[in-house]
Amino acid sequence: MPPPGLVVRQASLTFGNRPLFHGLQARFDAGSWTCLLGRSGSGKSSLLRMIASLRLPDNHHLDLATSDGAPLTGRLAWMAQQDLLVPWQRVVDNVMLGAHWRGRPKPEDRQHAERLLDQVGLADKAGQWPDELSGGQRQRVALARTLFEDASVVLMDEPFSAVDAITRLELHDLASRLLADRTVIMVTHDPLEALRLADRILILQGEPAHLVSIPVPEGARPRPLDNVDLQHRQAELVTRLQESAHA
Amino acid sequence: MLEKIAPGRLFRPVVALVVLVAIWQLVLMLTGVPRYILPSPMAVGSALIEQRALLAHHAGITAIEIVAGLIGGILLGLATALALARFRALRRTLLPLLLISQAIPLFALAPILMLWLGYGLGPKILMAMVIIYFPVASTGYDGLRQTPQGWLDLARTFGLSRRQQLLKVQLPAALPSLASGLRMAASAAPIGAVIGEWVGSSQGLGYLMLNANARLQIDLMFAALVVLVAFAVLLYFGVDAALRLSMPWHRDRVESGP
Repeated sequence: MPPPGLVVRQASLTFGNRPLFHGLQARFDAGSWTCLLGRSGSGKSSLLRMIASLRLPDNHHLDLATSDGAPLTGRLAWMAQQDLLVPWQRVVDNVMLGAHWRGRPKPEDRQHAERLLDQVGLADKAGQWPDELSGGQRQRVALARTLFEDASVVLMDEPFSAVDAITRLELHDLASRLLADRTVIMVTHDPLEALRLADRILILQGEPAHLVSIPVPEGARPRPLDNVDLQHRQAELVTRLQESAHA
Repeated sequence: MLEKIAPGRLFRPVVALVVLVAIWQLVLMLTGVPRYILPSPMAVGSALIEQRALLAHHAGITAIEIVAGLIGGILLGLATALALARFRALRRTLLPLLLISQAIPLFALAPILMLWLGYGLGPKILMAMVIIYFPVASTGYDGLRQTPQGWLDLARTFGLSRRQQLLKVQLPAALPSLASGLRMAASAAPIGAVIGEWVGSSQGLGYLMLNANARLQIDLMFAALVVLVAFAVLLYFGVDAALRLSMPWHRDRVESGP
């Protein structure tokens, strides 16, 4: 089934007495990768949580529509900054965590999980405990767990911000390849990450905030670091982010 | 895990025990305390051997009370913790009651239980249950409440029901916290059973101690106490071992320490 596009209307979020955004609109095209940037506290992570129908402490409202009209429930996968591996399950069981939690996993679930571990390069770690893995390896398991859900919409909240720079670049290549043809919305602090991965970059800026679309570099993602256009755009994007912080 | 029971690990407790017995003997020799106040370690040792049939009989009774109380208290405590975590309305009514119940001294409860349930095993098992119930219920509920938000987020996007979330996510996440409650329960269980026996009984180690005391058989009284301490220690290590086995992922951190 092709992935749906998403349309957000009338999104509003109030933090205490301060409205972070009000009447916010956004469109996320089917099968495209959108990166959401903005200064800390701009409400970008909250916006992502609202799309995922996750719990939020503050007053919020959101109208969400899908391009095919069907509800998003059951078609959505979530990946957070923390890998969220559970320590009481082995690596392969963490990949098929959804199957474990929803009921009794079938033998083919395990085969599928092992295939996904192979795809993220951790086939030999299947029987180990999460504690025995490095931070980058754990995040790769989290990516495999996200893929296991086989969701057409993937929401990611700074998924690669807790790993070192080199590991992050490797994870970009992996995620970009494995999440092709899905509708991805990714919150990030890292301009370079956005420029490598995004089909579209949105900055949440102003008070109350609105979304500004930023042009992305040429070339297919993941764009290599020596992409001249990428380097050129990076300076521009950083300047934009600095301006949005002072606005 | 086997290497943990190696001689190196047992060495220190054994030395501590020997030193304790030596101090005991030294106090006896230096102060000349009469034997009916403090018997010698030798006398207690020989009472342990000579009266082993009598001790074994009463120890068996107490052991049944402790184990039955432990199982009952853990099951009831766990059920309470789950119910409190699941139902908001229950939290408002049951939580204050639970706290008030902790203010009732156990010794005051014992005669009442005796009055209602008679002199058999029942009231002793119930006493052990009561003393175990609270630490299990409160540590269990605390653990269930403190599930990291990230796992709950994941559960939600996985489409889990509240019941699945409680049993598949919150319960395993609460195990380390619950384990400390269970260890506490294991060391408290003998207290409940013995208090029950002191208030009124015709068998059990508590009864044997009172009876020996009245007859000035102080060495037998101390021998019963030694058996009781051995019970408590065995129970603690038994529960600890069971907990380690049920949380294999936790093993490394437990062994190497924080």
